[in-house]
Order: sequence, then C-alpha cells, then structure tokens
Amino acid sequence: MSPPQKHTQPVRSRSQRIGLLLFFPGFIIALIGALGAGSIYPKLFFLASLCFITIGSFLYFSAAYLSAPAGIRNNRIMFASLSSRGSIGVIIALFFIAFYILMYWFPFYLEHFIAMFHPLSRMLRGKPAEQYFMYGSLYTFTIIIMGARALMKYRHSRYQIVRTCAVIFSQFVFAFLIPSILAAFNEPEKYVNYFWPLSYKDLFPSNVNYLLNFEGAISKFLLAWTILLTFAGTPVLTFFFGKRWYCSWICGCGGLANTLGDPWRQLSSKTLASWKIERYSIYSVLSLIVITTAILWLNHLFGGELLGQLSGGFIRFYGFAIGMIFAGVIGTGLYPIFGTRVWCRFGCPQAALLGIIQRFFSRFRITTNGAQCMSCGNCSTYCEMGIDVRWYAQRGQNIVRASCVGCGMCSAVCPRGVLNLENGPLAGRIKSDALPLIKSFKSGI
Amino acid sequence: MEHVVIIGNGIAGITAARHIRKHSNRRLTVISDESKHFFSRPALMYIYMGHMKYEQTKPYEDWFWKENAIDLVCDRVRKIDTKGKKAILRSGSSIPFDKLIIATGSKPNKFGWPGQDLNGVQGFYSLQDLEAVKKSTAGIRQAVIVGGGLIGVELAEMLVTRGISVIFMVRETHFWGVVLPEEEGDLVARHIKNHHVDLQFETELKEIVGDSDGKVSAVITGKGEKVPCSFVGLTVGVSPNIDFIKNTAIETDRGVLINSCFETSIEDIYAIGDCAQFREPSTGRRPVEQVWYTGKMHGETVARTICGKETPYMPGIWFNSAKFFDIEYQTYGTVMSQQKEGEKSFYWENPKGDKCVRIVFDSTTQAVLGFNFFGIRARHTTCEYWIANREKLPNVLCSMAASNFDPEFFKCFEKDIISQYNSENPGRMITLKTKKGLFSNRLT
Repeated sequence: MSPPQKHTQPVRSRSQRIGLLLFFPGFIIALIGALGAGSIYPKLFFLASLCFITIGSFLYFSAAYLSAPAGIRNNRIMFASLSSRGSIGVIIALFFIAFYILMYWFPFYLEHFIAMFHPLSRMLRGKPAEQYFMYGSLYTFTIIIMGARALMKYRHSRYQIVRTCAVIFSQFVFAFLIPSILAAFNEPEKYVNYFWPLSYKDLFPSNVNYLLNFEGAISKFLLAWTILLTFAGTPVLTFFFGKRWYCSWICGCGGLANTLGDPWRQLSSKTLASWKIERYSIYSVLSLIVITTAILWLNHLFGGELLGQLSGGFIRFYGFAIGMIFAGVIGTGLYPIFGTRVWCRFGCPQAALLGIIQRFFSRFRITTNGAQCMSCGNCSTYCEMGIDVRWYAQRGQNIVRASCVGCGMCSAVCPRGVLNLENGPLAGRIKSDALPLIKSFKSGI
Repeated sequence: MEHVVIIGNGIAGITAARHIRKHSNRRLTVISDESKHFFSRPALMYIYMGHMKYEQTKPYEDWFWKENAIDLVCDRVRKIDTKGKKAILRSGSSIPFDKLIIATGSKPNKFGWPGQDLNGVQGFYSLQDLEAVKKSTAGIRQAVIVGGGLIGVELAEMLVTRGISVIFMVRETHFWGVVLPEEEGDLVARHIKNHHVDLQFETELKEIVGDSDGKVSAVITGKGEKVPCSFVGLTVGVSPNIDFIKNTAIETDRGVLINSCFETSIEDIYAIGDCAQFREPSTGRRPVEQVWYTGKMHGETVARTICGKETPYMPGIWFNSAKFFDIEYQTYGTVMSQQKEGEKSFYWENPKGDKCVRIVFDSTTQAVLGFNFFGIRARHTTCEYWIANREKLPNVLCSMAASNFDPEFFKCFEKDIISQYNSENPGRMITLKTKKGLFSNRLT
C-alpha cells in the first residue's frame, strides 16, 4: 500500500490550536515545578498547571469532537503519528516509561514535583504527599480529563456515556477520595475498588492479621469488604453481567485504559499467536498468586514460622516484576506501542479469574445479529483485548471469550449493527443464529 | 484430485473456496490480480478515512490460505478455454481446471459522458480505485459526486473527512429513489446535509471538462451549469465484470447466465456473486444480485453443488444494510420505493427526524411483508420470523421491543411507535407487551 499522503496530517481548527496553546504552558509549568520551583511555590505551580491543562484540554477536545455531528469519528487514527506508532507515539511512550521508572525507583528525583501535591495532600489527608499520593492524584485527574474526552467522542452511545461516568466515579470516589479520607483518620489507606487477587496482599495472612489487629471498626469493615467482593461479588456479578462489571466499569486500570488509552486501543495485536501467549501468561500470574496465598495460609494454620520470610520475599519479587514492571512500565508506559490493555490481557490475575467465570459460567455474551456482518474489521481493530471479533461475527457466532472486558466498543464501531452486549440464559449462549441460508441446510453435507 | 479454479477473490469466490475446503480435499486455486489476499470490499472506505489499515480489512491472517491448502495466484484471467478446460492468464501461462467458478464481481458504470476518462474521474469499487482516489484527492478542495446510491454516500463521507467540499448530484427527486420511499430518502438527505455536503436533487451530469493536462477541472450539469472541481466520483451503479467472457461459449446477458445451481451454459463452469445473472430469479429477487450478503450465500451454496450435493439457491427472506454517515440502515423483506397495490405501510419517525421505522403490510390480511429501520438496530432473526410467519401488524407492534438490537441504555421508541399507531387507528388500540431483551423473540 502507498504511504499516507501529506494532507492526511490532521487539520486543526482555530479552537483546537488555542487549546494546544493553553495545554503546553500547563505542561511546561509542571516541568518547571518538577525542576525545583514546585518546592518553593507548590500551590501556585500546582494550580496554574492544573488550570492551563484542564482548560486547554477541554477546548481542544470540544473543538475536535463537538463540532461534528455525533457518531463514530475514528478519522485519521491510522495516519496520525500519535496513534499509529509514529514519532509522537514513541516520544509519549518514552515519557510514560521515564515517569514510571522515576516514580517507582527514584522518587527523590521527583521530589519537587511531589511537593506540588503537598497542599492537596495536607488538605485531604492531613499529611504531606509521597510519590504514591502524587501518582494517585495524577491518575485520577487524567481519568477525569480523558474521561471528558471519551464522553464527547462517544456521546452518541448511551452505553459509553454511562460506562465512562461509572469509571470516572469509581476512580474518583473509591480510589482517591475514600483512601484519602481513610488516611486522614489514620486508617489503612485502602483503594476500595481493588481486592484479591489483583490486590494480592489483601488475603495474605499477614495483611489479614494486620487489619484484624488494627484499632477501630473501619479496618474490620475493609477486611469484610475485600472478602465479600472476592468470594461473593466476583462470582455473582460476573455470572449476571460478565467480567465487564469490574474490568470496564470499576477497575482503575481499565478506567485509565478506556480514557487516557482510548487513542491507542487499536494497537493491540489480533493474531492467533498473541492469543496463545496471552493464555499462558495470564493464567501463570493467577496461579502464582493462588498458590502463594494457599501456601502462606497453610503455613500460618500449621503455625509454621518457616515460611515467614516467604511472604515478604514474594511481595518484593511480585511487586517489582509484576506490579511495577509488568503493570506499570509495560502495561501503561507502552500504551502508544502495544495498545491499552497489555496488563489486563496478559497479566492481570483479577481479569484471569473473572475471565474463567465469564467463559464458563455467565449470562454475558456478545450477540451477533443474524447474517448482517460484512467482515469490515472495525470490531477487531478497535478491540483493546485483541479479540478477533470479526472471526465470530462473520460466521454468525456469538462471542464468548474469557478476555472480553465488555467495553462495548465493537458494538459502537460496527457500521451494520451486528454486535450487541447482552445478558441472557446460559442455554445456547455460544451457539449462534447462523446465516438464514445455513439453517435450511441442516441435513446437508 | 479434482482441481477447482475460482476466478476472483471477493466475498463470493472466497466463501466458495472456504466451503469447498470444509466439505472436501479438492485442489483449490483462486486467481485475482486485485490483491493477493481476500479483503473486505465494504471496508475500503475506512482505509481512506484512517479508521483501518489495509491489513486490518483482511478477515483471515495470511497463513490461513496455506494452512487450508488454498492456492492464491496473482494474475488476471484473459480468456477461458472452455473446450480445453483452461484459464489463460495475462502472464501467458494457463491453469487447467476440472471445475471453474467465475466470481469476478462488478465494475463501476460509466454512461459515455464526454470527459469520463479524464484524470481525477473515477468510480469506487476496487483496491486500485482506492489508490486512485487517494492520489487524485490529495490536497484538493472541491469534489463532485454523481449518483445517489450507497457508494456515492460512502465516497462523500470519505472526502469530507479530508476537508474536501463535496457537491453530490442526484438525478432523482429524493435520495436513493430507486430503493427508498420518499420519507426515508428525505431523512437521509437531511443527515447528509448536516455533514455539510451540498446535496443537489434533479441534477444530471452532462459533461466533464478537463484542463490542458488531461485532468478534470469542472463538470457541466444537465441545466448547463458549470461547476469547477478537481475530482469527480461516478457512482451510478455497477455492472457485471465479464468483458473477458463475452465472445466465449459461455452464455451471457448483463451477467453470466446461470440456473438456480449456478451452472452456466457450459458444463463444469459456474458463476456466482455480482457477475452472475439468474435465468429465472426466485420470486421477489432480482436476476443480478450485487450485495455482500448474496455473494456470501452464492458461494456457500455453489460449494455444495461442486462437492457433489447439488443444491439450488434458496436465499430466504431478503435483507440488507448500510450506513449513511452516522445513520445505520437495515431492511428485511420487501419495502419498495413505491407501494404496490394491496400493500400499505406504517411509518414512524422520531421528532428529531434521524430515526425511523417503516413496516409494509398486506392491506387485507395485515401480514407484515417488510421492514425499514433507520437509526435503530433490529434483530435479524426476529424480523425474519415475523415475515416468514406472516405475523399481523398489530401483533408485531405489540412485541416490537423484541426486535430491538440497540445497545443497553439506548432510548427505546416502542411506546412512541405504538401511540402513533393508536392515534392513526382509533378503535383498534394496542399496547406494548414484550420488553426488550435477549430471546424475547421466542415469546412471539
């Protein structure tokens, strides 16, 4: 195929250019703050950067999306450098990776940047910010801003509107406000939208004991909450709605993928080979956690002190290799290269567990509408989990896959109204309403 | 081993190949010079718009063909030697066959307008056409599209995404007048205009004018008006791509003539898809069927005949779909642009005028005959069930929700539809029964 032509560069309107002109100063203010000024004038730099970035982004996105009638506007995604692994995409990926490396292992280099979050942290938690408060605030802020973009871009789809609002709400309340308030009351700073096995430490004996011995009722409530969601919420909700109730409505990782990551969702690999890798890698991580948790409890129940060190060792290894490298640096840092759900697809133990339930014991499926598919490939292209949706749709088969997070984008981009996310009886959920033609040939060859 | 050769790797030819492979281990060769691998033709527009890359329009990964022992030959068939049972290629070589399937699709119509072969004037059908549109529209500001059908509106949508002003000339008095009733045509026209396309009805193309480099510079309309432009899209329908078959022993008319088992006048030679013409089309069907879905069904049916189980074409109830910019369209059964005698139709449109439902029914028995949906997704199996079982209009309306295929949380219009029916039919009040949901169609 011929290379994209010159004029395929995005044509930006005046309001979009003004938006960018406001966004970049906001970004530069944040950089200057990070280089030192943040420690001297934390409030000023924090607020100035926040205002410029917020107003600039809103202007840019509303000019980009609200100026055209509502509908799917994936125009130029395959040409734009940002979204097609061009130089801008690579630069952004490098920036993300650098940020993660500094934040996890060299936070002292971010000292002045973190200082910009002290006033907010003092206000909410009554203590200065550390790197993870800075990260959590930035994460929440990003989901809100890019969530607004998703709301504008997909405003023709009520499913996307409701889902995006849920994701923003969940991040802001469960992963930002509640943990901050808990911290203000000297309670364990728990992100209540995460639980075992994603928040793997939650059910380790050491953590359970810690919460049981912690003064006050809230820690007991947190323990009960974790146990409830892990053992009751996960199977019951997944049975009724599929894993989407968590992965694309509640989870913060999913929230970031569906907001910040939206420009890159098409980059996930759809090959059969990557599906094979996915099955090995994701269930390995789940097994690792299940086995470790089981061993730790056995050890604990038999009063063994032998494995006392294992817990700490495991947490250090897993936290480094899986939590930081896999979920952070690769999972999010490489959004612009491998697409948005690398962690969710290849690593997340929660997604693995929910996926097993969804595949074998759930009312959820994506229905294929009769024989209307014309194999265009929009569904597969925009599936962030790398499912070759078209493969099912064109043969009139429902999509029942462990990995599907139910983001609903295949249904939204389908130009022929072929795909629909539905909950229904278990009987016949995989079997399909095949082509009208095939039906009349039941007794055929 | 019997060698089956298929000319054309579009949806019809490839479906035939896949199904022959499913049923047998015959040797299979597919010849095409358009592309090495099968791609989705309706997706060409998305490549231009930047929604997808060419790679992503291919429904099967490249290893699929070797894995399934389907040989792909990149060449063009120049001639068919019906006696010697050989396909003679442009490269000079020839491929012998035991059975041959002609699935060469269509080519865009050109009606002999002066200037129709100038640079920057073209139809839009093939991968090569897409490349040509990319080249011809690079950096231009004004385009003209002639002919108000599905390809025309796709081309308009494509050009708009690159900031090109489009004048869309349609001969009829309303949009896609040969297929759509007036209300639906108007609904689509309003939407097209919302996208800043200059849609002009009752406007015919008379002549295309070029500059000294042989490139298009303007068109002249039937009224004598001269419209400057740098690109002209001719989207006035397609016709069977069978020039290389004319003057052979294979009988042709508009397309390659076939019986209901896709057999041509020559034994062991079959024709399917856009290029085929039924000698006796089944009731309510056209002799030449030029849509994706029929190509797929032709391919699947001929595969059975070729594998030894002679199977006539049994297409079932007609259906089709399209998208006009943001408005999706689905149709089931027969909805004609002009109502036939003995038929009536119920039409509902939302106040915003961007969604509508039309149900055609038999005026004596009230049995539903066809549906048009614009901006609302409908469940194929439910609509088909209603038509096949000649369900009566009031019953269909009562359980209308069962056919709703819109995503969760979308606004439902069934109540509005019923209250309009009730106001039009006082004394025959009906109420909504079924709720929207999976398998609710089983309740009807």
